[in-house]
Amino acid sequence: MAPSPAAPLLQLRNISKAYGGVKALTDVDFATGAASIHAVLGENGAGKSTLIKIISGVTRPDAGTVAFEGREVAFATPQEANAAGIVTIFQELSVMPDLSVADNISITRPPRRLGLIDHRAQRRRAEELLARVGCEDINPIERVRNLPLSRRQMVEIAKALGRNPKLLILDEATSALTAADVERVYGILHKLRSEGLGLLYISHRMHEIKELADTISVFRNGRHVETFPTGTRNDEAIIGMMIGREYKNVYPPKPVRAAPPAPVLEVRNLGWVDRLHDISVTVGKGEIVGLGGLDGQGQRELLLALFGVLRGVEGSVEVEGRPVKPGSPAAATRRDVGMALIPEDRKTEGLMLPMSIGDNISLTALRKLTRGVVIDAGAEKSSIAAMVEKLQIKIGSVADPVATLSGGNQQKVVIAKWLLTAARILLLNDPTRGIDVGTKQEIYRLLRQLADQGTAILFYSTDYDELIGCCDRVLILYGGRVARVLEGEAISEKNIVSASFNLAASEAVPAEAAP
Amino acid sequence: MIENLRLRAAQNLGPLLAFGLFVLLYCFYSVLHPKGFTVDLFVQNSNETLTLVLLGMAQTLPVLLAGIDLSVGPLMTLVDSIASEVVHGSPAEIVFGILLCVFCGLVGGAINGIIVVYGRLQPIVVTLATGAVFSGIALFIRPTPGGEVDGDLSWVATNALSELPATYGWWGGNPPAWFNAISGIPMPIVLLVAVVVFIWLPFKNSETGRAVYAVGSNEAAAYMSGVRVNRAKLAAYTLGGVFAGLAGLYFAVQTGSGNADPIQAGTYTLNSIAAVVIGGTSMLGGSGGAIATIFGVFVLRSITFCFRVVDSDSAIGFLANPLLQPMFEGIILLLAVCIGAARVFRVKNRLNLFQ
Repeated sequence: MAPSPAAPLLQLRNISKAYGGVKALTDVDFATGAASIHAVLGENGAGKSTLIKIISGVTRPDAGTVAFEGREVAFATPQEANAAGIVTIFQELSVMPDLSVADNISITRPPRRLGLIDHRAQRRRAEELLARVGCEDINPIERVRNLPLSRRQMVEIAKALGRNPKLLILDEATSALTAADVERVYGILHKLRSEGLGLLYISHRMHEIKELADTISVFRNGRHVETFPTGTRNDEAIIGMMIGREYKNVYPPKPVRAAPPAPVLEVRNLGWVDRLHDISVTVGKGEIVGLGGLDGQGQRELLLALFGVLRGVEGSVEVEGRPVKPGSPAAATRRDVGMALIPEDRKTEGLMLPMSIGDNISLTALRKLTRGVVIDAGAEKSSIAAMVEKLQIKIGSVADPVATLSGGNQQKVVIAKWLLTAARILLLNDPTRGIDVGTKQEIYRLLRQLADQGTAILFYSTDYDELIGCCDRVLILYGGRVARVLEGEAISEKNIVSASFNLAASEAVPAEAAP
Repeated sequence: MIENLRLRAAQNLGPLLAFGLFVLLYCFYSVLHPKGFTVDLFVQNSNETLTLVLLGMAQTLPVLLAGIDLSVGPLMTLVDSIASEVVHGSPAEIVFGILLCVFCGLVGGAINGIIVVYGRLQPIVVTLATGAVFSGIALFIRPTPGGEVDGDLSWVATNALSELPATYGWWGGNPPAWFNAISGIPMPIVLLVAVVVFIWLPFKNSETGRAVYAVGSNEAAAYMSGVRVNRAKLAAYTLGGVFAGLAGLYFAVQTGSGNADPIQAGTYTLNSIAAVVIGGTSMLGGSGGAIATIFGVFVLRSITFCFRVVDSDSAIGFLANPLLQPMFEGIILLLAVCIGAARVFRVKNRLNLFQ
């Protein structure tokens, strides 16, 4: 069923898109009308971003057709989509930091006089557009670099309005806004709707969507599940639509404990600029504690803060009762702290791709493997071999460049490299993203095995299944705060999803705590 | 209003500092120089400065894109060699020769741009290679220094504005009063103002010029905003070539001959980069500009000038040692870079230091 308005402004038919072997969208039919606000909901990896990218000309579908205003279109670039009247405000800000606000707003088709950019007219235009979004306080000649994130996002909205869109797509466009700004944006969106614009709204904030949208579409695993008018389904039903998986992974059994284990990592009231607030968590010896919630709620920042990457972190961190304050990853990996972080993007933060497999594995442990001033080649070789054996990394030779391995094996190299440090605290940032099911299961077994040997593990995953299967406890973050802590039987898909959207937590957490 | 002025000053801190430093150094020099604050000295100094100014402007464009152009010096010597072959003869031939020189610069820059954009190669490697090619062609055209550049043109371009009507016999040797008021301005300054007003400012205020800044600031965001990224890059390298061509042309006109010395080409390239940095243009791209570079060159040249006037018997006599000159230029360069790097102290996520 697709209760779309009489003549859909945008109509997608049988759209499919795969990245490598991973299907991002499968056979999607989707329509949205003019003069309406249409929200798109779904879990991480449901295909929302791919949908937006196809509509806005960033990528092309493998199959299927897109029709805009009744005509079939195939946008090759974002410019073409803009020209047709589809303007997108992306989650990752697309402002140029070194340019002024006015320059950013009129980056394409600036007002001209005698063929040259008319700075005065451009400034007036910026002032008008900023006034339209209620941001008269922003000086148009200020460089965007010097604006706080929430103001940048308002500039982004003003820039989009300046292009006279017929269909405006907001991809998480309110995620960095302050509460006052959100109110203003609602006002603008309602006004735009009354002017006849089509609005496509992607948000992780369920409350927002209920207040704002006329129509809701739910996506799951790259498929369009259902579209319905707002208010015709309750939260329970919507969450039900978002859950539901096609396969289940096999997880090693969790240990049953009589008493809580001795704490290894104790974090109290951790905060960092406006991204993390008042986070407290304890990870015991042999415990796997999960970090969940929707993407970008501060999970990554929490791990980076612990690992000494962030500056200006507030609160206290204790390792085995001793307060620590690592100022760099080098300090965090020292023996008295003993942390290891398996990063999110193995290609940019985990591996030196052109270097050999062996060099990558031993990189973190070179201090241990050095005799005098030189690296002990024999010891290095045997520890590398031990790791390759332990993790069953499928390789030709340890001298091959690590770039020649498959994604799953590359991830094993990253894990091997950190296991070699014999860390007592293991931080994992979504370690199974984009790797095959078989390797995933090996990683789950390995994590449990390490925990049984006494390692304290803090494990962020975007896959709820993993959190349920692997973790002894799960913290759900929302807006940089701990929204809920789930333990034992309470770690269920339903609880994770509702806590991720900060739904049931509205009773537990004071209203002003949810930004 | 005051607030806007303060903002503009903060945004142009680099060029303003360079300008201040230049005024300081140049006043110091002029006070000590026996002919300080005379037209003769201005003319002489501006002659020595214009070639590097134009070359610095050529370098500025790729740097704004977060790239670099190591071929500006060789391209300059190439055009210099060509000019020593073609810029003489009848007035029509001279005009044609000048246009040909500018065109050669444009082609050289466009070649760099095409290889960088469509070959998707790093500008530093591409321009290292094309620079060697330009040097080779220059040596082929002019194996030994020499050649000929029109004497009248040379005279006019290296003297005060008053020599322009005098040389070509305008107004029957009787220039009007308004002209006499400005006749003391050195010709290189007039040429520089013309280049800024008729080439740089229109470019900077065009959509393509804006796109160059946008690409240098955040290429992905520029692409997503519908900016024509490739066109901006091609335009930047091509215009850089035009400026390098103008530098070569002026160098030939100033010296009255051509010289394809590759070592000189290399020195000029390095000085052009130094001038860009001292002027406050960020090597990371996106901020700064050609006018900032002009001040950068002024600072660099003023240092050179100052060494000439320090009395070697005085307390600061060690400054008179010409052997120390590169060291002082290097110290100024380091200071300029340090000011530019101050933002590091404000970074909250250390991963952002590597981006």
